[in-house]
Amino acid sequence: MDIIAIQLVNGLSYGLLLFMITSGLSLIFGIMGVLNLAHGSLYMIGAYMALSITQHIAPNFIYALFLAPIFVAVISFLLEICLLRPTYKLGHLSQVLLTFGVAYILHDLVRLIWGANVKSLPLPPWLSGSVELFGQTFPLYRLLIMGFGLLLAAVMWYLQEKTRWGAIIRAGLSNREMVSGLGINIKIVFSVVFAIGGLLAGLGGVAAGPILGLYLGMEFEVLILALVILVVGGLGSITGTLLAGLIVGVVETFGKVMFPQLSLLIIFGLMALVLVVKPTGMLGKQVH
Amino acid sequence: MAGLNTKSIAYLGLLLVLCIVPFGLTNYFLSILVEILILGIFALSLNILVGYTGLVSLGHAAFFGVGAYTSSLIAIHYTSNVFVTLFAGIVLSLIMACIIGFFCNRVNGFYFLMLTLAFSQMFYALVYRWSSLTKGDNGLSGIPKPSLWANGVLDSPIAFYFFILVIFTIVFIGLRVILQSPLGQIFVGIRENETRVRVMGYNTTIYKNISFILAGGIGGLAGSLYAFFNGFISPKDIYWTMSGEVLIMVLVGGAGTLIGPVLGAAFIVILETFVSSYTDLWMLIVGITFILFVIFIPKGIVSIGSLWRTRKIANKGQTKEKEKELKVRMNGVIQDEK
Repeated sequence: MDIIAIQLVNGLSYGLLLFMITSGLSLIFGIMGVLNLAHGSLYMIGAYMALSITQHIAPNFIYALFLAPIFVAVISFLLEICLLRPTYKLGHLSQVLLTFGVAYILHDLVRLIWGANVKSLPLPPWLSGSVELFGQTFPLYRLLIMGFGLLLAAVMWYLQEKTRWGAIIRAGLSNREMVSGLGINIKIVFSVVFAIGGLLAGLGGVAAGPILGLYLGMEFEVLILALVILVVGGLGSITGTLLAGLIVGVVETFGKVMFPQLSLLIIFGLMALVLVVKPTGMLGKQVH
Repeated sequence: MAGLNTKSIAYLGLLLVLCIVPFGLTNYFLSILVEILILGIFALSLNILVGYTGLVSLGHAAFFGVGAYTSSLIAIHYTSNVFVTLFAGIVLSLIMACIIGFFCNRVNGFYFLMLTLAFSQMFYALVYRWSSLTKGDNGLSGIPKPSLWANGVLDSPIAFYFFILVIFTIVFIGLRVILQSPLGQIFVGIRENETRVRVMGYNTTIYKNISFILAGGIGGLAGSLYAFFNGFISPKDIYWTMSGEVLIMVLVGGAGTLIGPVLGAAFIVILETFVSSYTDLWMLIVGITFILFVIFIPKGIVSIGSLWRTRKIANKGQTKEKEKELKVRMNGVIQDEK
């Protein structure tokens, strides 16, 4: 019983972490139609920046938690302005390929700056403790991630469904020309959305650093999982992304414990199954 | 296309050069040439999907892996006879292409890309985890050199080069024939407008499956050859970044043309070799090059000539009619390529 409860917390917190990262990817894909294959790289930069901040600027994880995502958001913003904005006329596939090139470049830049060794991002003592709930002991940091993830999901749902910004995003998903026709400066919307996507990826990186570790190649692993969650949940649906994130997180965690040989296989099998049965994902709408 | 036109003559000339060149090269450059030919076959196979049928796959490394692992395992455990190992590698990748194609061709566009990626990652996970068979992360090493008959081991670099060159030539000519046949025209039709082809009475799903199986089989062949060439294969060679790299080769060279992917493979291999002799930041260089290509030369290396020609004429300020005439002629050339 103990094991199951703890693994469930691990799985759910991992799932919510993945949701955090995927929601940025989903936001960018939803409104801009760009499948940002460099999203995992932004996540990686977030984690490494947090490491540098705690090592050189202030030995405080909380500073890193605020500063690193902002730094990543700025990189993301510059990326949109310098690379993507001049190339929108080339079409969606070209955008995917461009971001793929960016992922290659960032991979080597991170290796150049931080080296190829595996690194770890230490948690401050007051976060690395554990708490007792319902007669069980749970790691505090995992619980905090869960709480934060759920809060983020709620905020994102509220912004998308209830505010003007959300309406623009939802409209952008179905008809971009119409949105710009209504007098909304789509260029600024794109830049801001891209920066927010980067912010979420960076935040995910900092949050994941203490539990998943820092190593080269982490960006591609997370990118793949985020893509899986994106399509399993269905494009353009926050609820779907949340649901898929939780499922993938729990399945991956329990898979690793129970069938260590097959855990990756199970995740991709799940994705193939969902796409074959329902090509638009669990809660997605048809997008062209 | 009967008889010898300029293009066939150019291809024959290229083949002749490829036959003479190895005698003047050191083993190091010879091995680079072999790698180009093998990855050229791999890029050609992906191009059937991406360039001709218009299906952008991000999971082609899976077939490369099936071919490589099947042939290597047979060569290590049973026989190094090249016909047996290649045959097994190709048959298994054909079977896998049937299965994966059946699922992937039910969806389109972005979902197709994701599903091919998912299947290839499943295969990667299988290879990575099935340590008793594949040695997991360590990879298979000590793959024996292939032999043509009982004692005819291809151990001299020149013999191996010509072996690869023969296979490359067969694949190239075979694809040229297939892609110019009515079958190839249907592929192009699906790329341009699938609905219209379906309305004309073709079952496009079957043709997409044929395209997928053809691409998978030749991809498997490339994988088998690569394992022979390297004498080593590891899960790293079938990770999804490998699928991305071969996609880069196709696009940098020129999708939808025959020679384009081969040029792309040559370009990337040479760039990688050149860059890695100065610095180990080859991903950075390849990434930058790739971005520059996507922005400035989106149709790939094969289009550089015509790009330059149009620019020159525009600079000379000739009349619009002549430009139009040239454009028509260029379209003819592009049609011809396809």
